[in-house]
Amino acid sequence: MDRHLLSAADLSRDDAALVLDTAEEMRSVADRPIKKLPTLRGRTVVNLFFEDSTRTRISFEVAAKRLSADTINFTAKGSSVSKGESFKDTALTLQAIGADAVVVRHHDSGAPHRLAHAGWIDGSVVNAGDGTHEHPTQALLDAFTMRRHLGDLKGRRIVIVGDVLHSRVARSNALLLSTLGAEVTLVGPPTLLPVGVETWPVEIGYDLDQALAKSDAVMMLRVQKERMNASYFPSAREYARRYGLDARRMALLPEHAFVLHPGPMNRGMEITADVADAARSLIVEQVANGVAIRMAVLYLLLSGAPASAQLQDDGDVDGLENDHDPAVVGATEEAAS
Amino acid sequence: MAAVHPAIGRVALDESDISRALTRISHEILERNRGPDDLVLLGIPKRGVPLAERLATRIRDVEGTAVPFGSLDITPYRDDLRMRPARALEHTEIPTAGVDDRVVVLVDDVLFSGRTIRAALDALNDLGRPTAIQLAVLVDRGHRELPIRADFVGKNLPTSVIEHVRVAVTEIDGRDEVVIADRTREEES
Repeated sequence: MDRHLLSAADLSRDDAALVLDTAEEMRSVADRPIKKLPTLRGRTVVNLFFEDSTRTRISFEVAAKRLSADTINFTAKGSSVSKGESFKDTALTLQAIGADAVVVRHHDSGAPHRLAHAGWIDGSVVNAGDGTHEHPTQALLDAFTMRRHLGDLKGRRIVIVGDVLHSRVARSNALLLSTLGAEVTLVGPPTLLPVGVETWPVEIGYDLDQALAKSDAVMMLRVQKERMNASYFPSAREYARRYGLDARRMALLPEHAFVLHPGPMNRGMEITADVADAARSLIVEQVANGVAIRMAVLYLLLSGAPASAQLQDDGDVDGLENDHDPAVVGATEEAAS
Repeated sequence: MAAVHPAIGRVALDESDISRALTRISHEILERNRGPDDLVLLGIPKRGVPLAERLATRIRDVEGTAVPFGSLDITPYRDDLRMRPARALEHTEIPTAGVDDRVVVLVDDVLFSGRTIRAALDALNDLGRPTAIQLAVLVDRGHRELPIRADFVGKNLPTSVIEHVRVAVTEIDGRDEVVIADRTREEES
């Protein structure tokens, strides 16, 4: 894996599988009497949130704490950002206090990329949502949740519905799910599909009923009113009727299919309350899985040697083997040589 | 015994040697603990896990009681995580009965520096409070770097630090074998 996690597109199929498998093990930590691993002891993780968040910020904080890292929570409100301090000066401050990883959410697309590549900080950067661009850990937790219920996602049909234009979740999911071999269909009003969507690795549809009938999972997106500066659809009622998930539409889903929503939900808008609380809805489980995924990401980015000390990333054939005794390596690669 | 395979090295234990050693260890575990009650066998991935399962099978065959067994991944507790790129985790599976108030027998293939066992003791500490922790290994090759010893040993193999001890088990490698290989020859091959 790269030193940073900025985009779901940075993950190869093997990387993504490694994160999901690691998360599977991390998930069991929550069931232990002591919900903590000592792995990141002495490392500092800064949660740098320029935009409001409930689930993402809390789950990154819990994930870092379960790995014994020290966490610092920074929100734009109540910090010097409200006095006009720049992004760069904020980053330099974090570097000065010794942040090993910065988890950043920003209202501008590309802010995490800038933070990672401007040379302001040495630590790893994790994108926790930037503008309308990407939210890779959300895509990972969605894939993790679907994989737990559907098995391998190769060939599975996933329908993503609603406000794709303003959704970083949709973009990250489309990229990651296609890496994992799933077939993604985006459904929404034409006004809420971004320019250039035809270059995404997805199918586009406008008829929700038709798409639902052959799907394995449906992911409803929040209608992001706070980002809308024009009327993208005539009325909330019309949107709900054409693109909302209600009990009638849920009945169109195949029996094994599940409902997801990244949250926060507008109940009554893109999803009705009875669907959100139904047994096939995985929305609460998505949050629990978010902690496991973020533990996995922090573990994989931070537990190893710092990038400067890594002379070689690969070629270390027994790196993933049970070589806890330095001279004991598996007989398998021996047989192959 | 002592057959020299040109590409692999010297075979220290073959399939029947391993089988006999495991049978003896299972009897020793029962003798030491006066029966199978309250025992839990935890294998350390990868090759300790099938060995723990085999010991559990042998104990069941002797005593007629099933002994819970599982696996304990020590990766998050290693002391050398910062020396290498991040490692993939192995699977941890603790039997439902847990480890509280039980005698935990840790099972691993090779005991060498003792650092794995230190990590395993830390990991167990986070899982509960066993009444006692014992250690069973198929091979003890010496060169300890920590004050740790095994309670049950399949075979003491005096080795040089520059040699490799390779354990193969059928469940993972398709055969049962312990081989001592010369590190220099391996680099040449």
